[in-house]
Amino acid sequence: MPYPYNKIKSEDIEFIKKVTSPDRVWSGDDIKKEYYHDEMPEYGVYPPDLYVEAVSAEEVSAIMKHAYERNIPVTARGAGTGLAGGATCKFGGIMLSLMRMNKILGVDKQNLTITAQPGALLTEVADAAAAEGLFYPPDPGERTASIGGTIITNAGGMKAVRYGVTRDYVRCIEAVMPDGTIMTFSSNVVKNTTGFDIKDLIVGSEGTLCIVTELTLKLIMPPKCTETLVMVFDEIKPCIETVPKLLQTPYIPTAIEFLERELLEIVERCLNKPFPVPEGNDCLIVMYDASSKEELEAAAEQAAEIALEMGASDVKICNTPERIGSVWSVRGAILEGMKADSQAQEECDVVVPRAKIAEFVTAAKEIGKKYRIRVIVCGHAGDGNIHTELLRQNLTDEVWETNTKACLKELYAKSKELGGQLSGEHGIGNGRLEYFEDFISKRLYKLHQDIKLAFDDKLILNPGKVIEFK
Amino acid sequence: MNIVVCIKQVPATSQVEIDPESGTLKRMGAESKTNPYDLFGIETALRIKEKLGGTVTAVTMGPPQSEEMMKDAFSMGVDRAVILSDKKFAGSDVLATSYTISQGISAIGGADIIICGKQTTDGDTAQIGPAIAEHLHLPHAAWVSEIVSIDNEKISVRQNLSDLTQISEMSYPCLITVDKDIVVPRLPSYKLMKTTKDKKAEFLSFEDMPDKDLSRYGLVGSPTVVERIFPPDKMEEQVYIKGNAAEKAKAFYEILTAKKFV
Repeated sequence: MPYPYNKIKSEDIEFIKKVTSPDRVWSGDDIKKEYYHDEMPEYGVYPPDLYVEAVSAEEVSAIMKHAYERNIPVTARGAGTGLAGGATCKFGGIMLSLMRMNKILGVDKQNLTITAQPGALLTEVADAAAAEGLFYPPDPGERTASIGGTIITNAGGMKAVRYGVTRDYVRCIEAVMPDGTIMTFSSNVVKNTTGFDIKDLIVGSEGTLCIVTELTLKLIMPPKCTETLVMVFDEIKPCIETVPKLLQTPYIPTAIEFLERELLEIVERCLNKPFPVPEGNDCLIVMYDASSKEELEAAAEQAAEIALEMGASDVKICNTPERIGSVWSVRGAILEGMKADSQAQEECDVVVPRAKIAEFVTAAKEIGKKYRIRVIVCGHAGDGNIHTELLRQNLTDEVWETNTKACLKELYAKSKELGGQLSGEHGIGNGRLEYFEDFISKRLYKLHQDIKLAFDDKLILNPGKVIEFK
Repeated sequence: MNIVVCIKQVPATSQVEIDPESGTLKRMGAESKTNPYDLFGIETALRIKEKLGGTVTAVTMGPPQSEEMMKDAFSMGVDRAVILSDKKFAGSDVLATSYTISQGISAIGGADIIICGKQTTDGDTAQIGPAIAEHLHLPHAAWVSEIVSIDNEKISVRQNLSDLTQISEMSYPCLITVDKDIVVPRLPSYKLMKTTKDKKAEFLSFEDMPDKDLSRYGLVGSPTVVERIFPPDKMEEQVYIKGNAAEKAKAFYEILTAKKFV
């Protein structure tokens, strides 16, 4: 293995400046500290040796060719909104920002696709599609994420219940390989059995295989109307058990989110954002999109009847933008609320089969109690991606660290036992690295390593993330 | 406590467009909803009822289609709905509208407290509430941001006026117009919607009005001529502060000092 990497020398900096532009290259202390970490500094703070803003695939290629020859690690970076400590220079080297490659290259109305550079923001892609009367559904909540970042992490989000995840929308990827070769994976086609689907392997590879420089994404026709229901329950069990019932109707919900009263109270207390439904202990927020008002009303009525049959005390209706906003704005403020209400947080992003959600939630609470950690469960009940938040309150640094690790280990074991996975949408990055091998088995880990080596034989791309070579 | 809440059906679109030719509001499509500001009025009324007992009556002036809006009000918990609807009321400006509503409220026996939203999203005048109170010779407080205290004798409210905050105390009967965010409006209940499905709104026409002077109603009773509608000048400004944390903090401190906030 090619460890240790070569340190960047002044000749390297001069070369990079030559193939890019001196005003887009920073080194040492001139690099802003925000590039040391992503949204989760808890998962690692690492200063890059060199920070470069590329403007074209050719520049990326030239940088990679040099880095490959000189054995210098490179980490590509988008908007830095990741939650797994992924886009950081764990072994120093070059941080390669793609945020200046931010053009929307066009909407193809005949093929229903949009082509963009990786640094365009998710919101810009969605807006460009909307301007042509089309719809790009993936919405991980963080709308200021770069589109490239959402592809390389296979971002999910709550609307996955109806629309699927980012991978379902990727048609074609142009990327630069670690040795500088510019490659295209698949093309603007709906089906493809021409060999392995390597494009789908790149989606979600967290920057460890290649650097995405252009994307073509599938668009769909937008829904005509939307409505949100809030199903109010006194107990958690019937609340969670309503989820599979809602999925057994002809109407596919857009999103099904689970929220506990405790969490709603945190948001109200810390952010002064009261939830418009003061009653009940547990609730489901269920969104429906439809192509006609009739379809929407039929979907909402059937869902409301199911909830009442399952023991909901009531179902509240959000049928105007203001009402919908009053509910979703509270949902959107949860992370901020929890940050305000605790000294530190750790998030477990497991995904379990939908039929096992209730079992996992009950177990998570018990596991939390055992380690004196406040566990709050919320999130995407509709797809089984249960965000289990561990909140620190009155624990010493040492106890917090030991207990969260032990707690996470048990939570992951429980997820595995129930047929679930380690991460549903945040990825492995650096934050979940230590749990990954045990979770997926040695043989599967080796397969991951082999795939990594097939792309990146010198291990220079985002090293030390997702998989390790010890 | 006999509580009347005045509500209005407005176009469902949140963007109100102005016809550049005629200078009047473009009424978009058939989709409509309750004026969002009035939802704060309904919630305030329901909370007063929950505290002091009584009934909540929603009153509106509008076409028969307003019944759809009243179904929404029933699903929120409103007890009674009255629609003032007559071709003779058509074309009313602020003066005629407020007069008609005041007459309608008199026709149903008045109220201990009348609650209006601050303004509508389509008309935007914010004058109807106070004008109703003037027609009925009632004390009134507009732009109420908080009910400080309330009992069976009197109500004390906080008014957020443009450059001052005022606490006003009134005995009944009286009228208040409530600002948005005074409370979080409850959502319509599916259960209530089902149980009130067959509940009807009561319709009152010109014939039911105590004052039958036709010159006070509709287009005839409306002296206002709209010459032009335009968005008001922006009163708020945004300042972007650049620099590192220390520079930004310093610049922000200077702004606060200049404005005498610190």
